[in-house]
Amino acid sequence: MQNVLAPADRAVRLLGGDLTERSLRQHLEGLSGVDAVGLEQRAAGLGTRSIKTTSKAWALDRIIELIDLTTLEGADTPGKVRSLVAKALVPDSADPTTPRVAAVCVYGDMVPVAVDALGAAHGDPDDGLVSVAAVATAFPSGRASLPVKITDTRDAVAAGADEIDMVIDRGAFLAGNYGTVFEQIVAVKEACRRDDGSYASLKVILETGELNTYDNVRRASWLSILAGGDFIKTSTGKVSPAATLPVTLLMLEAVRDWHRLTGEYVGVKPAGGIRTSKDAIKYLVTVAETVGEQWLQPHLFRFGASSLLNDVLLQRQKLRTGHYSGPDYVTID
Amino acid sequence: MKDIQPTDGRGFLEYAPAPESTAILHLKDSYGLFIDGEFRDGSGGSFSTISPATEKKIAEIAIASEADVDLAVAAARRAYTKTWSKLSGADRGKYLFRIARLVQERARELAVAESLDNGKPIKESRDVDVPLVAAWFFYYAGWADKLDHAGLGANPRALGVAAQVIPWNFPLLMLAWKIAPALAAGNTVVLKPAETTPLSALLFAEILQQADLPPGVVNIVTGAGETGATLVRHPDVDKVAFTGSTGVGREIAKAVAGTHKKVTLELGGKAANIVFDDAPIDQAVEGIVNGIFFNQGHVCCAGSRLLVQENIHDEVVDRLKQRLSTLRLGDPLDKNTDIGAINSREQLERIRTLSDIGEQEGAERWSVPCEIPENGFWFAPTIFTGVTTSSRIAREEIFGPVLSVLTFRTPAEAIAKANNTPYGLSAGIWSDKGSKILAVADQLRAGVIWANTFNRFDPASPFGGYKESGYGREGGRHGLAAYLKGASA
Repeated sequence: MQNVLAPADRAVRLLGGDLTERSLRQHLEGLSGVDAVGLEQRAAGLGTRSIKTTSKAWALDRIIELIDLTTLEGADTPGKVRSLVAKALVPDSADPTTPRVAAVCVYGDMVPVAVDALGAAHGDPDDGLVSVAAVATAFPSGRASLPVKITDTRDAVAAGADEIDMVIDRGAFLAGNYGTVFEQIVAVKEACRRDDGSYASLKVILETGELNTYDNVRRASWLSILAGGDFIKTSTGKVSPAATLPVTLLMLEAVRDWHRLTGEYVGVKPAGGIRTSKDAIKYLVTVAETVGEQWLQPHLFRFGASSLLNDVLLQRQKLRTGHYSGPDYVTID
Repeated sequence: MKDIQPTDGRGFLEYAPAPESTAILHLKDSYGLFIDGEFRDGSGGSFSTISPATEKKIAEIAIASEADVDLAVAAARRAYTKTWSKLSGADRGKYLFRIARLVQERARELAVAESLDNGKPIKESRDVDVPLVAAWFFYYAGWADKLDHAGLGANPRALGVAAQVIPWNFPLLMLAWKIAPALAAGNTVVLKPAETTPLSALLFAEILQQADLPPGVVNIVTGAGETGATLVRHPDVDKVAFTGSTGVGREIAKAVAGTHKKVTLELGGKAANIVFDDAPIDQAVEGIVNGIFFNQGHVCCAGSRLLVQENIHDEVVDRLKQRLSTLRLGDPLDKNTDIGAINSREQLERIRTLSDIGEQEGAERWSVPCEIPENGFWFAPTIFTGVTTSSRIAREEIFGPVLSVLTFRTPAEAIAKANNTPYGLSAGIWSDKGSKILAVADQLRAGVIWANTFNRFDPASPFGGYKESGYGREGGRHGLAAYLKGASA
């Protein structure tokens, strides 16, 4: 029996009118394979770029502007979230030239706290404001029924979340039920719709550490793009390995190919495990040399990170003063 | 989601200069010949070695006359008879291990010297050439006391004095490929580096002094082709090893014909890099780039003929052009440089001439739009599409950053086209299907075949050619056979 899938706009345009489980599967399984050794070699090569002086200064500021400052703990409290928001707005109180981060990323029930704490500073990072991103769809495992996931999403959007970080159903993906994964993304995307008809931006978390192979990552990337994801995101941060440079490179290649095909822009968000400026700069280089530096803007590239910000601040201080300070010269959250 | 407008960015990709410091180099104004463990003046005059990136003079280098070559061969003979042939394999190994460690200790210095003199990007001399040099000495150091177990029969003996002539594309690495197995097998050496790139060999001579290698075991004579010709013709030489052009290789083969000298020749190539439609496409594009633009294409085993399956030709070429546009051409000492300088004016002329011929013959030329520095020798990475098997740029070795793209329809045609060349040094196969790779590799007449990668080297792996690409193997156990008596090469 042919399972007819929801006619998501992108998928229909690419695969034709009769969007079915089979046509989706044929497309995903027809994607060119990934040679792991070659991919990792290319990523390692990009990692050897030497970014100095003016380029480094620009890169450090840009990294801050691309950060989703994140707290995703069972122990999150309103106090903790307010503190995170304060840090997002003024990362380095000793240096008012420090840019703000792109967004704060919290659990859905903390969205009202974050929105309240941001006040007038809540908005589009392009306008110098800070967005609120909420993880949803039974984050991080994604093991809940679709109605629960949809309610989870609607809740966060209604509370003022600008961006939804959903997880795909890895179990369904690994079982070969691509159609299920696809339909869930389409449904969650629809749940991102606000009353005024606009949509919260949808980041689709692949949890690449659980998909395990690069071929799977490529297929999941295409699936998520076809289903309407605005961003594809590597990881929840709760599974190891989280973001790696080769995986991010592979996902960037997918959005690059989508752009070649359609002219449309899809974002990429590596999350989890990026802790140092040095590592983050490697990601900037990889973005610039794979999809072009126009991708280095908050609507197309984000870092999901918590401790990265402080390392960038220390590096910034070093560039300004000429010497290294220490962890006591940046605030802990 | 908000509408996204393409922006120009702020020029992040114009990475700020990141030059490797030359402060680590302590060069002399002039270098003599390294004979019998010390530097001495040559009697054949001198020449300047320049940096091909700036055309500035680096140092004055002695030219070895016939008399100097005589002295060097005599020193090697003496060292062979009196010292080196009497040492145990374990003791020879100790010297080789010591040399390997000193190469590692002075790696940065050697890398800077190599990039300065040769024009290759520092990232390649630092990450490829010099680490491989150390690896080669470590590898053959391990063999020195195990020659009985190399599968060449019991108690294999050294040949005696080896005359070695090396090219300018990998000056120090080719030196290591030649010297390490020769010494491990118990021979002594007279080596002539290429005229345009003598510098790293002379720094290597300093390393030999540091390692206390007995005088005369390795001698280094500098000069032009004439010095090399004198060396390989010398009657007291037992072995000739040459890496370079097929033309010179032929001359050498004639010169040593009828003598007792054993010969290995590693010559030119026009390798096919075969991309099937089931290849991992992004990695294949990387491999094509690495295959022909690594070391400015100055690689004998470069994948200079891209054979791409016709049904993916346009897509591959399109992706290739996009990728090539991110390559950075410029100062070899900048850590972000991907494409350095062409080694010499002469070589640049050859590349230009052959490229012009390619255009005249009707192939479509595309070069990376990039700024070319004012001084020095440069050639922008170039690809030719619409090349036919009869085009000269598909037949002759260009030895530069120029790729000829041809198409094929079936595996059988790919094999036929790949083999349709007087050369046979290397080949590449790109496919996600293992059985296809093995079946095609089995029918390619090339000494080295890479599958889903290109231009990877390891001391344990033998390297050498079929047909006009030469004979004999370097590297691995096979590389020892070329320097031992009674063993089949």
